[in-house]
Amino acid sequence: MEKLLFILVIFFIGAHMQAQNIPVYDEFEDYQFLLEKNNDTTYIINFWATYCAPCVKEMPVFRKLEKDYSDKPVKIILTSLDFGSNATERVRRFMNKHNIRSEVVILDDPNSNSWIDKVSPRWSGALPATLIYNSNSNVFYEQTFTYEELNKIIQSKIQQP
Amino acid sequence: MKKTVLTFLFGLMLLPLAMGQGYDIGDKAMNFKLKNVDGSHVSLSDYENEKGVIVIFTCNHCPYAQAWENRIIKLDKQFDPEGYPVVAIQPNDPKLQPEDSFENMKKRAKAKGYTFPYLMDETQEVYRTYGATKTPHVYLLENEPNGFIVRYIGAIDDNYKDADQVEEKFLASAVKALLNGNKPSPEKTKAIGCSIKD
Repeated sequence: MEKLLFILVIFFIGAHMQAQNIPVYDEFEDYQFLLEKNNDTTYIINFWATYCAPCVKEMPVFRKLEKDYSDKPVKIILTSLDFGSNATERVRRFMNKHNIRSEVVILDDPNSNSWIDKVSPRWSGALPATLIYNSNSNVFYEQTFTYEELNKIIQSKIQQP
Repeated sequence: MKKTVLTFLFGLMLLPLAMGQGYDIGDKAMNFKLKNVDGSHVSLSDYENEKGVIVIFTCNHCPYAQAWENRIIKLDKQFDPEGYPVVAIQPNDPKLQPEDSFENMKKRAKAKGYTFPYLMDETQEVYRTYGATKTPHVYLLENEPNGFIVRYIGAIDDNYKDADQVEEKFLASAVKALLNGNKPSPEKTKAIGCSIKD
């Protein structure tokens, strides 16, 4: 019995660890398709990093949105700008620790001058930042959100014809 | 209809305020007097005998600031003798980011052997007036008869991760352009950085 329990525990830990495969994009060009999807879904792209205190503080907002919009055409893509050794492991641990189920990718193209304007000319480069787009509109915010603020924006986006 | 138009026009007038003004290329930079890590006070006007000043908003805690730190030290060594010294200003509120306290700034400057002032923007008025949004954020000023004029805004170079992989040294090129009597090109660049804690 004890042995079975042990095997079960190992199994669940293993499954949890592999819950999310985190793609790493070394070139912005390879990442850009995530900002250009053209369908019925509204995409919320948050730019953040594990070492960015205001970003970490904002994470519960995205966790709650993920849950509340699970049956709606809304998709959250958390784009981490973590860099340095073990960046992928650092991000994975963070996701597990905070129980975040949204899709997460790492953008690791250090020539940020070449791509910041392609995300939005309104972005100075400060973290965090959030891009919200669908086939009708595209809005960019260099700020942190409360749940109420972001929810209001998403509501207005998905209600558009 | 008339009311709509008026509301729209009024909104347009408010737009620059909402976007945060800050300096653009060609603007005259305000003077400041800030506390330095050595206990003295440093003003922009202290540099009136220099050709210009490299103002860099930077801090202790931010990984991007740390990644560029050695390059900032090198830039001062390279350009101070040419008349363009570095002045580093720490804009974060230490209550929100204790790693950027004045005591920790002193420690950092000493440990890394800063050859330039490292100033505390205590009231946060300087960074707001300049329009800095993140660390690091560079404002290259040229000393002209009518004051210090903003000639370049943005990034130090094109690689936050690795100094050896840099292809374009934006800031160094901008300083060299000014030394040769030319306008920097580009005059503005961008880089990822840590938002200023306010």
